[in-house]
Amino acid sequence: MSTGATTTVDHVDGHDHHEGNYLTAGRGLRSWLFTLDHKRIGVMYLGTILFAFLLGGIFALLVRTELLTPQQTIMSADDYNRMFTLHGAIMTFLFIIPGIPAALGNFILPLMLGAKDVALPRLNLASYHIYVIGSLMAVASILAGGVDTGWTFYTPYSTTTNGAVILVTLSVFVLGFSSIFTGINFIVTVHRMRPAGMGWFQMPLMLWALYATAIIQVLATPVLAITVLLIIAERALGIGIFDPALGGDPVLFQHFFWFYSHPAVYIMILPAMGVISELVAIFSRKPIFGYKAIAYSSIAIAVFSFLVWGHHMFVSGQSELAVVIFSALTFSVSIPSAVKVFNWLSTMYRGAIRLETPMVYALVFIFLFGIGGLTGLFLASLATDVHLHDSYFVVAHFHYTMMGGTMIAFLAGIYHWWPKMFGKMFSQKWGNIGAIVIFVGFNVTFFSQFVMGAKGMPRRYFNYPPEFEIYHVMSSIGSYVLAIGLFIAAGVLVHSLIAGKKAPVNPWGGATLEWQAASPPIHHNFDSPLLLTNPYDYTAQRWDEAEQGYVPVDPEKEPQTT
Amino acid sequence: MSTATGNAHEGRHELAHYFDSTRQQFESHKLAMWLFLCTEILMFGGLFCAYAIYRANHPEIFLYAHTLLDKNLGAINTIVLLFSSFTMAWAVRAAMLGQRRLLVGLLVVTLLCGFGFMGIKGIEYSHKWKHGFLWGEQFDYTEAVAYASGKGHGDDHAAETGHEGAHADDEAAIHTEVPAATAGDEDAAAVMAELDQAAAVTMDHGHDAERIPRNLHIFFGIYFVMTGLHGIHVLAGMGMLTWLIVRASRGDFGVRNYTAVDLGGLYWHIVDLIWIFLFPLLYLIH
Repeated sequence: MSTGATTTVDHVDGHDHHEGNYLTAGRGLRSWLFTLDHKRIGVMYLGTILFAFLLGGIFALLVRTELLTPQQTIMSADDYNRMFTLHGAIMTFLFIIPGIPAALGNFILPLMLGAKDVALPRLNLASYHIYVIGSLMAVASILAGGVDTGWTFYTPYSTTTNGAVILVTLSVFVLGFSSIFTGINFIVTVHRMRPAGMGWFQMPLMLWALYATAIIQVLATPVLAITVLLIIAERALGIGIFDPALGGDPVLFQHFFWFYSHPAVYIMILPAMGVISELVAIFSRKPIFGYKAIAYSSIAIAVFSFLVWGHHMFVSGQSELAVVIFSALTFSVSIPSAVKVFNWLSTMYRGAIRLETPMVYALVFIFLFGIGGLTGLFLASLATDVHLHDSYFVVAHFHYTMMGGTMIAFLAGIYHWWPKMFGKMFSQKWGNIGAIVIFVGFNVTFFSQFVMGAKGMPRRYFNYPPEFEIYHVMSSIGSYVLAIGLFIAAGVLVHSLIAGKKAPVNPWGGATLEWQAASPPIHHNFDSPLLLTNPYDYTAQRWDEAEQGYVPVDPEKEPQTT
Repeated sequence: MSTATGNAHEGRHELAHYFDSTRQQFESHKLAMWLFLCTEILMFGGLFCAYAIYRANHPEIFLYAHTLLDKNLGAINTIVLLFSSFTMAWAVRAAMLGQRRLLVGLLVVTLLCGFGFMGIKGIEYSHKWKHGFLWGEQFDYTEAVAYASGKGHGDDHAAETGHEGAHADDEAAIHTEVPAATAGDEDAAAVMAELDQAAAVTMDHGHDAERIPRNLHIFFGIYFVMTGLHGIHVLAGMGMLTWLIVRASRGDFGVRNYTAVDLGGLYWHIVDLIWIFLFPLLYLIH
């Protein structure tokens, strides 16, 4: 990575000055719903995705409440099945897959490239509209009787059970298009819209992460599309491909499903890792350690992600050879993940760490993702997996990676770019309090699940033996604490919109290009020529008390102090 | 990456404000199209994968069932699509050279080929429908046996769909023998000779061997899903061609602005290419 190379890129054409910032550049609902501005699309995505998160969270709380007692607590067993299915489906397809790429990525990717927009703004808007349609279909399925298959839609149950399986799988198909469109857009934008002077290894690591994510989105999602189409054909026409009664193979469905859905967990976690790579460097005031290692590890994870789907099927009766190979490949995917974690830790080592809210979330991420990653090794080992398969241990593992990982990084990213998005500063104190409550609640909720899973509590069960009650009660209480923490986190942001101080251009001292745009940016992003620098060089800026933010050091006027 | 600004040399071509040059815009759109084609290939890839697995596990189903398809119609359709790819490629060239009348003409020919393909596909589908060569439980085994022996009618079997020996009482089927099949069905006869007893369903009780592989409907499930999904793509391509024809006759395309024709051509070629794989895999099994 070249250091010190400083290029000025003239991006301003001077003939399209809109009034004010992007939030005020057009008025009325239409100016939002049909905007081609990536920032507005990102903000709309953010709002819709957070609403889906709320919905999925309500289902989660209902499930946890039901599990407070070993018998029926508040709902019937059938309703319980529908609840955990909807919780899983909504959280996976509506919240966590589009979460960071579509909401934060849309906002931040062109800004980080110093571009005026993504390469294909119409496709971007179509992606959002399709996302809304797919989400409405998923929500409509609740009214149409719900679905009780679990979010994995395993055959033959999903092709025989009653309920709105066709509607939900169709919504997954539609949402897949939204995801593909975002992926295509990001790949093209990164390839074609980088400014002169920004080679691949001068890109911020967030862009590497989004790029790797986009590759998976483009290559894996179509396989899910054909899988859910076959499920629909199976239910509507009785096509027989997955139906053992007609000579079909239900395990083939599992292969198809996980060929997408395992890479999909990297669609979820890779952008989260990108966020953390930015935050750790900025808030340690130190260049990122091992830039190339982190960049390549993103690509390595994307490649490996396609080769490990069989580890979801260790007990499905696939051949022993396949099982051994998938186990070995699964272990190897932990290498690039660990490369990232060690690089983050090395970046923090002897850094000037500032515990501002985004960094607090980043630290929570590293801790929780570490636990999530390490418990994955138990599940990749064949002997232990046979015992732990389909137990609460698995539930806890993926919540540690997906919620403790991706959701925490999503919050970290929201807090980090909030001043840029809305031009308001939030209360750091309450932001940190929210983060700590979330951290405590999360661990109480899910660590108890590791314990009961290891003791043999199967996942998805409605009733359970009384000896597991203590763990379930702990987990449920933890989930309420977690919910309180999330409401605090949301309250801090809402409060900032109403009463927050005006945000400076560069509140955190970031060196990536988005911190050269106004807060919030103007309609066409940048109002002055960009100064292209090393994205992790923090020496060319200093804290300015009057501005309450960082300002660039003018090398001609002031001698550099570091 | 060029930093050219201004619209002086672009002609009618509109340069979006977020691009620096028409070249950048063209290359962006082209890359996006290629990525979209990748998703198409992976989507069909799932079906090819299902095909490979079932064919590897049950070769007898594929060997027998493909004789129920019409090879000639499939071959004609292959030629129609190949020809349409040629006219499409020529159309792209015409667009690049600014030959507007030629462009419109070639696009119309390509569209007509699309209609031809779908028309022939329609004939094939209605034939399958008439004889009950369908997926899952809709498959008519009696008719399949009768058809293979050259006596297919399809009239009096409609009520008796089912499989696995459910039609033992059907006299028309019982007294026909596969080895005596008509010349066009030698394949079927050969297959039957090789069939393992266990993999076959005896259609009559005690009469001469009138055997047919179990689960023939699997082939037709895959056949209809693959050709159906492909057909939907052809229809989408025809919609796209219509749009291109409207724009071309309006004079939207020129030497500097042929991106839409170029990208449409790419899409049309991938649809053609998928058929090039489908045809031998489904129709030409040995």
